[in-house]
Amino acid sequence: MAKLEPDLIWEQFRRALAIAKKDIRIYYSKGPVVVFGVLFPIFLFLAFSIGRHLSIDFMIPGLLGMILFFTATAVSPIVVPWETQARTLERLMACPVRLEAIIFGDVLASFAFGLAIALVPIIIGLALGVTVSGGASFALAVVLAGLCFASLGNVFSIPPTNLPATVNMIAAAVRFPVVFISGIFVPLDELPAWGRALAYISPLTYFTDLARRAIQGRGHLPLALDFAALIAFTFLFLLVAMRLHKRTMPRRI
Amino acid sequence: MMPAIEVQGLTKRYGEVVAVDRISFSVHEGELFGFLGPNGAGKTTTVRILTGIIQSDSGTARIKGFPAGSLKAKQLAGVVPEMANPYSDLSGWENLMLMAALYGIPGREAQARGERLLEALGLLEREASLVRTYSKGMKQRLILAMALVSDPEVLFLDEPTSGLDVQSARLIREMLRSLKVEGKTIFLTTHDMDEANRLCDRVAIINKGRLVAIDTPERLKLVASGRQAVEVSFTHADGVNPEELARLPGVSEVQQVGDKFRLYTADLSGLVVALANYACSAGLKIVSLNTLAPSLEEAFLALTDEEAGDG
Repeated sequence: MAKLEPDLIWEQFRRALAIAKKDIRIYYSKGPVVVFGVLFPIFLFLAFSIGRHLSIDFMIPGLLGMILFFTATAVSPIVVPWETQARTLERLMACPVRLEAIIFGDVLASFAFGLAIALVPIIIGLALGVTVSGGASFALAVVLAGLCFASLGNVFSIPPTNLPATVNMIAAAVRFPVVFISGIFVPLDELPAWGRALAYISPLTYFTDLARRAIQGRGHLPLALDFAALIAFTFLFLLVAMRLHKRTMPRRI
Repeated sequence: MMPAIEVQGLTKRYGEVVAVDRISFSVHEGELFGFLGPNGAGKTTTVRILTGIIQSDSGTARIKGFPAGSLKAKQLAGVVPEMANPYSDLSGWENLMLMAALYGIPGREAQARGERLLEALGLLEREASLVRTYSKGMKQRLILAMALVSDPEVLFLDEPTSGLDVQSARLIREMLRSLKVEGKTIFLTTHDMDEANRLCDRVAIINKGRLVAIDTPERLKLVASGRQAVEVSFTHADGVNPEELARLPGVSEVQQVGDKFRLYTADLSGLVVALANYACSAGLKIVSLNTLAPSLEEAFLALTDEEAGDG
């Protein structure tokens, strides 16, 4: 057998993929998780849009943003607390896998789940006659946003608790306000100045802006700024997750 | 030759509590090394440091020359942690293949090893069942298979047979014996004296975070040589006064065990003679007389009691 070199980045990436595959199999590919992942944002969106006579071109970018945001951050916060509680984490930590690779694997699973569920509003929109301009840039926006939101989801699981409910509360306390300040229900250019200032600290704002540009043909911010902000937020969330998990992980054991 | 495991001055504190206190030892290649101690003595903390799950506060630990906790050290080690579970929503086979992937074992090799291991551990028939349907013994056997699927050079087992059914415990012990024959280095944490006595080449005893002895089981038993005993039964046991037996020369303690008396002494041959004289003078006949060598358990108790006395 060839001698294995666990230090190589490619080797660690392969092991991160194995973690992602495990997460998808255990946490994501369950009927109730998928159904809840699709239905919850749709119902939330309908609650705010019914009776407001909004155009389908306005609704689809918002719906897509909400679904991608909620699904990519839905399960990732509870994976680490759940593994602590199920006593599977210790075995994982003894494996020749960097903590960064474990975190990245968890993020990848969440990212894949978010992307898969995001296809639902895209297909609904296309079926209802919505047209997308700049397909490649739109696809890149969906992929980047999925990765960014999945990384944020992992940040929620940093507190060293083994109670998924605690982490869910923390996640809910951040996720709901973010949705309201991100130009989903009220477009950015219709927000007051203080509302726009708040909107700029939300990564969802930049994706919603990109989606509105592709579907409605009107973006509030420059295209490059939207992409740069999504990339910057992704790096920031990954960095925070990897640094702080390193501190809190030993306290879980 | 480089030791398989080398530990120097290892210390770990949790607040005011010193869980592991400046311990040093080394384990030779191919050795089955027992790590014994009462609950809370520091066994699991030591294993967790050696397997890279937690970091020590000071001291060094190396696995085959690589710092404990480094990826290279982890790559060479297989681990059966105490109280760890396999993923209950995966099948036994999926758990095994996940572990192979995390150690970077190529697919075909992993499958061939996986089948061999599941067969040897009596799990092949249930390989496709979800682990949530496994008994505790089956889960523990699976955890051992997961530790072995990477063909590790050093194997760490933390209380692997604790609380298991007889059959599973026996299967695991047999597996450990054959792994030793294959030349694997095995670090076995246990509080089962009999297990350590039967399996281990050398045993370290840890108490309150400090190492109190390291030696072969037989030499450790000599520590308790003052606890040699004679077990004797007489015709008419009810006519024997234990206080008279306690007054025989060299007897340190007398226990009545059913219809027998167990007399502890440091001078075995002197006691046998004294017992024969006593039986003669009391008009009794000796029905049976056995000498009992001190057990590892007695050595352990002698060493840990001594330590407690020192503290």
